[in-house]
Amino acid sequence: MPRLSVWMVRAALLHLGTGFTVGGLLLFNKGEPFDTGVWALLQVHVDLLIFGWIMQLAMGVAYWILPRFAQPPKYGRTWLAALAFGLINAGTLISAGGQWAGSSGWTLVGRAAILLAGLCFAVYIFPRVKPMEFVTPPGR
Amino acid sequence: MPPLARYHIKTGLVYFAAALLLGVLLAAQPVFALPPQIAALRPVFLHLLIVGWVTQLIMGVVYWMFPKESKERPRGSPRLGWAVFLLLNGGLALRVIGEPLLIFQPGPAAGAALAVSAVLQTAAGWGFIANTWARIKER
Repeated sequence: MPRLSVWMVRAALLHLGTGFTVGGLLLFNKGEPFDTGVWALLQVHVDLLIFGWIMQLAMGVAYWILPRFAQPPKYGRTWLAALAFGLINAGTLISAGGQWAGSSGWTLVGRAAILLAGLCFAVYIFPRVKPMEFVTPPGR
Repeated sequence: MPPLARYHIKTGLVYFAAALLLGVLLAAQPVFALPPQIAALRPVFLHLLIVGWVTQLIMGVVYWMFPKESKERPRGSPRLGWAVFLLLNGGLALRVIGEPLLIFQPGPAAGAALAVSAVLQTAAGWGFIANTWARIKER
């Protein structure tokens, strides 16, 4: 597994754990109410799991699994994928924090970063969605 | 494919079908003037889809296909893997029972079911992370 996939999948797992914990608080509070303020975390729960967990895991696995290029650089324009990694994590945290704090401005900044992450990753991965390439050694 | 991965994926398919069925019921509620409380089952519908199907499918495929942790422990701890399966599905099943109970027959049993469900599912999430973390590594 390439290094960037390791970062993406591990970050996705951290979002999964945090998202499940927040969701657990919400569900516990629904069954045994202890604080009405907990409901402010509903959108945090959704953002962490949809963008931080599922979307980022898909990106990390796609970077790992999809066909590489026969000629170097084997992984293509990796800076675009690295930028997508930074943007999706920053965007998810800013969007979740913005919604928790009730700040529509920060929520917009976060969602815009997530959009940019998606675009960067789509532009990066597009050429790797192709048949496998095989290099024939010289002399054969 | 190891048995635990098969259990995850097949159980996920059952939740997938249940979620789609509940989706039809939610859409039918206003059309056939069914009890309005049915609309409150939307969170159950979403969690059957996202936790019961999507996340469980991911867990099964990750357990099956991710890089081996080591020769001795290729898939981490099988005991922890099974615990995650039981915690996740026990927790989700309790939610599927507890949410309608809370809507149609509110009482301490329904509240307790949801609280226990919350603890079980959270534990499942962290258990999965603990069992998977060492398998995410560079070649």
